[in-house]
Amino acid sequence: MKLSDFVVPGAILPVLDANSKETAIRAMVESLKKSGSIRAEDEESIVSAILKREELGSTGIGNGVAVPHTKHPSVDELIATVALSVDGVDFASLDGEVVHILFLLVSPPDRPGDHLRGLENISRHLRNQNFCSFLRQAKTSQQVVELLQEADNNQLD
Amino acid sequence: MTQEPVCQIVTINLRSGLHLRPISQIAELARRFDGDVWIRKDDIKVDAKSVLDLMTLNAQFGMNVTLEATGDGAAQVVEELSELFARNFDIDSQ
Repeated sequence: MKLSDFVVPGAILPVLDANSKETAIRAMVESLKKSGSIRAEDEESIVSAILKREELGSTGIGNGVAVPHTKHPSVDELIATVALSVDGVDFASLDGEVVHILFLLVSPPDRPGDHLRGLENISRHLRNQNFCSFLRQAKTSQQVVELLQEADNNQLD
Repeated sequence: MTQEPVCQIVTINLRSGLHLRPISQIAELARRFDGDVWIRKDDIKVDAKSVLDLMTLNAQFGMNVTLEATGDGAAQVVEELSELFARNFDIDSQ
């Protein structure tokens, strides 16, 4: 599985304008809707599920990264989007810092392996300082798409 | 003097595997100890104190992983981690 397999290019938000965790999550889910990856009638349900998951424990995992996510019956395969925030969003992260890189994942409930593989993919690349650095410098969706492809092809090592 | 690591093999009984919720609990517990704490799966060995590292394991339901710790309190941290796995991280069945 590669990042390019599940990150929806049309839903990438290279310049996220959000002043709260909920605003950020809503913007990313709306972006998935606008890209046609989720239906309009499922948007609110997905947002609610993600926010509910956040109540169990922040997905701000530290080092400026958050991975908000949920399982949802409306999707039949893992989809994700990426958002980048220059100012940072308060995600109540484990290290107390704001997040600048957000990966939002929605996966089918009956395929937990897909969700884990998605997390594995994302985390493996985030451990690469070049990937994080270049990602935070990206200003357009195209730049993010190209960066994800380079990461998938191990061209950032 | 090099201390022998304390090791314990555990099985993942969570239907969703080691996703972020159990991973967060593992890291939180491991960080309370001063020594090194690792989790091994096949030929991958990751720092159990790092959520990001743990996420790279892709540890699915039914898989075995090895807990490994060195330093003061190694036996205790391995035991407590084993209990976490045994209790399915107090997460309802998924």
